[in-house]
Order: sequence, then structure tokens, then C-alpha cells
Amino acid sequence: MSEVKKNKVKKVALFLPFLVFALLAGVFFSQLGKDTQYMPSALVGKPLPDFSLVNLETNKLVNKSDLGNEGYLINFWGTWCPACSFEHDYLMTLASQGVNIIGIDYKDDTAEAIKWLAEKGDPYSAVLLDELGNFGVDMGVTGAPETFVVNSQGEITYRHQGIVNADVWLTMKGYLE
Amino acid sequence: MLPEIGHFALILSLFFAVALSFVPILGYVKKHKVLMAYSVPLTHVTSLLVLFSFFILAYSFAIDDFSILYVSQNSNSLLPVAFKLSAVWGGHEGSLLLWVLILCGWASAVAYKGKSLPEDIRALVLATLGMVTTGFLAFLLFTSSPFIRLLPDMPKEGADLNPLLQDVGLIIHPPMLYMGYVGFSVAFAFAIAALISGNLNSSWARWARPWTSVSWAFLTLGIGLGSWWAYYELGWGGWWFWDPVENASFMPWLAGTALIHSLAVTEKRGVFKSWTVLLAIFTFSLSLLGTFLVRSGVLTSVHAFAADPTRGVFILVLLFLFVGGSLLLYAMRAADVKSDVSFGLTGREAGLLINNIVLVTLSLTVLLGTLFPLLFDALDMGKISVGAPYFNTMFSPIALFLMLVMAVGPLLRWNRTKLDTLLKQLIFPLVLSVILTGVTLIWQTFEWITMVSLFVAYWVMLLVLIDWFAKLGNSSAGWLQKARRLPRNYYGMLIAHLGMAVSLIGILFVSVQSQEEMVRMAQNDSVTLSGYEFVFNGVSQVKGPNYVANRANISVFQNGRQVASMEPEKRVYQARTQMMTEASIDAGLFRDLYISLGEQLDETTWGVRVHVKPFVRWIWLGGILMALGGLLSALDKRYRKVSGARI
Repeated sequence: MSEVKKNKVKKVALFLPFLVFALLAGVFFSQLGKDTQYMPSALVGKPLPDFSLVNLETNKLVNKSDLGNEGYLINFWGTWCPACSFEHDYLMTLASQGVNIIGIDYKDDTAEAIKWLAEKGDPYSAVLLDELGNFGVDMGVTGAPETFVVNSQGEITYRHQGIVNADVWLTMKGYLE
Repeated sequence: MLPEIGHFALILSLFFAVALSFVPILGYVKKHKVLMAYSVPLTHVTSLLVLFSFFILAYSFAIDDFSILYVSQNSNSLLPVAFKLSAVWGGHEGSLLLWVLILCGWASAVAYKGKSLPEDIRALVLATLGMVTTGFLAFLLFTSSPFIRLLPDMPKEGADLNPLLQDVGLIIHPPMLYMGYVGFSVAFAFAIAALISGNLNSSWARWARPWTSVSWAFLTLGIGLGSWWAYYELGWGGWWFWDPVENASFMPWLAGTALIHSLAVTEKRGVFKSWTVLLAIFTFSLSLLGTFLVRSGVLTSVHAFAADPTRGVFILVLLFLFVGGSLLLYAMRAADVKSDVSFGLTGREAGLLINNIVLVTLSLTVLLGTLFPLLFDALDMGKISVGAPYFNTMFSPIALFLMLVMAVGPLLRWNRTKLDTLLKQLIFPLVLSVILTGVTLIWQTFEWITMVSLFVAYWVMLLVLIDWFAKLGNSSAGWLQKARRLPRNYYGMLIAHLGMAVSLIGILFVSVQSQEEMVRMAQNDSVTLSGYEFVFNGVSQVKGPNYVANRANISVFQNGRQVASMEPEKRVYQARTQMMTEASIDAGLFRDLYISLGEQLDETTWGVRVHVKPFVRWIWLGGILMALGGLLSALDKRYRKVSGARI
């Protein structure tokens, strides 16, 4: 390489650190404001796993096929979970709008749960008991409250960890159809 | 009224910082001495105003002024006074104020100490620091003011400081850490001043060196304190987690370590000039990047501050201006630098080049691991997390190689080393290290990486001693006199290198030989671990200033003799109804006994986690030695009579 060309290469090379940094800054910008807590579920896009759980009110076993083929929400809750009582108010609102919510009473005491629903109101079309949390394991639940959206084909389309509120519902609603 | 005055002082300081960013530069362009000289008083006034508003915030915490949003979120009237004061930096706003205060402190120190610097350089350095101060003061005032009031509905009681932060380690950890990585702004400012003035000879390296060493020492202490805190406060005995926030302080440390060494070569030999400038920019950029990662919410971490997209955008713009701006300046100016000195392959220059390559590789490894989840997500390739296995696998072998070379480095001579002399010096420690490793192995079998680590630790310690003795043997005066005559700089290096070996031993033994057991215990139950018998004497209720606790009492016996009585606690902090595990530790130079109280299983039984951790103290002892080494070399006599005229 001639001396002039060498110098030119060197001059361009000196801009490399800047270019790398600019690229990185672009990535940072695209990531700002994204919800880093959000963890998609491996079950999204797959059919709801089979289960057979006892219904709190009727004491009868309920299967996946009993839940019908309209879209619904599956909400894991428990009387032991403080966040669930915050969420409860909004679930009541949703239920009054005609949203079908299946409650999974997760790792809970049945008597407590009956008392809870009697005192605070029952937003659920059915409450199923998952005392040992086995169904929770099948669904990959990490804690309560956690809510799954199941569409009319019986597929899980969305999963939300934490409290459902008006903001979350805006996103969730779209996955119900 | 007082908080408004504090707020006003901050606003005023922003104006002075803006003036500091422009007036000296104008003076530099116009060659106007008086304008350049303004840099000193402008720096001091800015600092005093920030200090004043910091005091007001601290005072508001002390008198429980819950009408201030920030105070009400982070303090509580029941909190002990020492924690009320440390709560000043317990959240985003206050810790950012501390960040700016420390930056101002460094700037004032440069203004004060820099009397002997050439006028134009001093003006440029202070103006650069002024620009950084301006950026962060604006960030503070526009997005994160700690003085926002809750009026007229002021709460009667505060939400309390996060119980995890109610701890002595956390009182001093953030200030130390910030002293460190904010301190790298000084080296950065010197590099920028050198680029602007085009005066890229080795003098800037000599001016920047003591500042860099001191910052590095503080950063070392800060990281060590953070690790120590995590060890005893989080309740499960880990000391390093490769968490993004930890990495955020560790990356500048690695780059800063490289910078210390490359500044030395540039100063003494005039080589790597352009590289050292880039490294100074890189180091401070990593500090800024850390601040961005911690405060913007782009990464998930246990100790990230509450995320807020506006803050994220603001700090990203700052990052872009400072890092992007200085890298552009570098790209335009560095081409003029010519390294006219050449060096041989066996010289110390080449050794330090290896040091720099390896250290930069290490910081890029950590950077990549930290940012990988972010890059992955940005490319819509899904969510991943990069954990300890990646870091341990990538980091350990490179770090071991670094230490292997580190031990030999000081034996090399500038330009060229006679290989046969070097080999003669190396053969004895080599054989001895192998023998010592072998002897240790009879006692216990290890994996190969452990053996290598052990060998490296012996190797470093032996070579440090041998180098010292060799230096003593070369002069004719008495032994003690000779030892005294060696420069502090040299001792700083020896002690810091020794510190690396000490930490390595700690890390090694604690990862290989730690024993832990999770047991159910009721009264008079006992468990034996590593020759220690732990006897559970039951649990009692105690009440602290702002918490209630269950406190277990456990007696520890060794060979039938009681060696410790330990009292781990499970606390409930009232204001936040938050549970906290307060581990009990019986510390020793060669082993720690560590007990944390788990859940209550029934009326009388508790889950108890018992650990025996050999040599864990050595990890932090090594850190202290390294910091000491950094301070010592910054105090070298040569830096005290620095005169700009010499070069």
C-alpha cells in the first residue's frame, strides 16, 4: 500500500469507535420504554393444556371441553395474595361488561376462598380449585395473579403476569378474538 | 421554604455550569488569559451551590420533612438518623444529586491542585468537566428533581427506606463507587483537552495519572463494599452475581485498570499515545453507560432504579453527546498523532500492550454479556438472559492468563529484556509454584481450572517477592534504607498485584470448598458441617427501632469446644411490611460461618441455612490491598512537584 492510501485507511479506521457507538445508541433508543419485565409464555400459540379440576361451587370435575368455544380469560388468584385483592375490583368491572373469566383458585384454602368471594363479589363464571398448584405448573405460572387469554379456537394467545387493569386490558382485549 | 432554596441553588448552579462550559473555551479560542482564568472560580461556585443544595436535602431528611415527595418515598420518622442521612442517596433523585456533587468535587479538586498546569490546559479540562456537570444538572432539574413538594396534602409518615438499604455497607458503598467512576471524568477531561489543544505529547498522561489511580482505588473499594454487602445482607452467601448493575461498575474498573497501565507507558515512553486517549474516553464512556443502564430501565436488574422512559431518553441524549462527541473529536484529531518511539518485542512496552489487550477484551466480554439480552430483543429474536455460566466460562480463563502475565510484567525492562536473565529469574518461582500446588493437592483434589488458579496465585505472590528482593539487592546501602528508597509508585504496584493474588485465593477456595446445608431445626437439634456442630437453642421475639424480628440462637462447637454463638434474624419492617433475612456471620481469616434463618415450618421448627465459607474474607482483603496500592502510587513524590514547564 502506498503511504497516501495507508493514511486514508488509518483515517477511516479512526471513525470506527464512533460508528460502533452510534449503532449501539440506536439499539438503546429502540429499547427505551419497552417493558423489560414482560416475559412471553412458551404456551402462546398453543392449545390450552388438558386438565380436570374441581369446581368450587358444584364440586364436579371440569374439563377443558366444558369451557366452551368462546374466548375467555383464565385468572390465577388466591386469598393469600395481596395483589389479587387489588386486581379483584377491575375483574368485577370486566365481568359486568360480559367478559368470561375462569378463576383458578391457586394453592389456596377452599373455605377462605368461598368467604372471599362471598364478601368481595364473584367475577368468575366458574372457579376451579388448584390446591396443589399442578395446573399452575402445566401453565408455567410463576405467581399470582397471572392471567391467560384463550381464544375461540381454544388456543392461548396471551399471558400477563401481575395485576390486570384498564391499561393491560386494552392490550389483552385484542387477543380474545 | 428551605427546599425551594435548595432547588433554587441547583438552578443557579446550572447557570454557572453553563458559563463554565463556554467562558474558558471562548478564552482559549481568543487567547484571552482572563477568560481562561475564570474557569477556576466558576468551578468552585458551581460546586459550592451543589453542595449547599445537597446539605438542604440531607437536612430535610434529618427533620423528616415529608412534604418533599422524595423524602416521603425514602424515609420514615422511625428510621435511625444515620440511615435517614444515607437515605439521601437511597433513590434515583438523591443518588443522582450525589453523582453531580462528586463530579463537582473532582472538578474543584482539579481547579485547586491544577495551579501548576498550563493555563490553556487547565481551562480546557475544567470546561470539559463543566459540560459534563451541565448535562447531569439539567438531567437532575428537568427529569428528577429531589425537591418536588407534596402540597397541600403532605403525608404524615414516610414510606421508609428499602430495608435492604438500611445498612452500614450501603451508607458508604454509593459514595465510594461514584467517587470511582465519576472520577474517571478527570482522565477523560484531560484526554479531551489534549485532543482540542492538539498537544498530544506525553505530558497529559502525567497529569492524568494520579487522578486516575485515585479514582481507580475508590472504585475498587466501592465494588468491594458492594460485594461484601451483597454477601451478608442478601442472606444466601453469594458475593458476586454478574448482575447488570454490578457489571455496570465492573466494566469501568476493567477499562480503568487498563488505562492506569497505558498512561504509565505513554508518560514514560511516549508510545501508545493515540490508544491511551481512546482508552480514557472508553473508560469514562463505560461509566456513563453504567449510569444509563441503571437509570433508564432498558435492562432488568435487582437493583435498577424505577424506570421512566423520559429519563431514559434524556440520559441517552447525554450519552450520545458526550461519548459520540468525544469519539468524533478523536476520529478527527488522532490522525495527527505520531508515535515516534519504537519498542522491542521483549520489552515492558510489549508486556503492557498485552495487559491492555487482555483487559479491554475482558471489559468487552462483560459488555457483550450485559448487553446481549438487549441486542437480542432489539432484533426481535426473543427474550434471553445471560447469567453466571457465560461470564464464568468466558471470564475466568482470560483473567487467569492476565494474572499469569501480570506477574512477569514488572520484571521486564523498557524496550528490550535479556531473555536468559529473565528465564533465570522465572525458573525458581515456576518450580516452587508447581511444588506448592502439588502439596496443596495432596490435601484435596481439585478440577484443572482450580489447579491452574492455585498455581497462578502462588506464581504471582512469589514473583512479587522476588522482584522486591531483586530491587533491594541492586543498591549498596543498608537493607531497610534500600527498602525505603524505592518509590511509592513501585510499592503501589507490588501491593496491588499482591492484592490480585489474595483475591484469587479467596475466590478459588470459596467456590470450591464452600459447604452449605438447608435443615429443619427445632430446639436442641444439631447439624454438623465441615467439622463444626451447630446447635439450635430456639427463637425469641425482639423489637428494633422500625422492625420486629424473630431471632434464633445457635451455638457452634468445634471439637467439643464452643467457638461462637450466632443470632440470625428474620425481620419484618413495619412501614413497608417487608420481610428481611438478617444473616449472622462469624468471620475469620480462614473461614466464615454463615447462618440465615428461613421460614417457620411449624410451631417450633424453623428452616435454617448453614454455610461454612473458607477464605471468603480474602476476596475483600485483596480488594483493600488493590485500593491501597492505587492510593500509594497516586501519592508518589513525582506527582507533587509537577511543573508544566518540564516537557
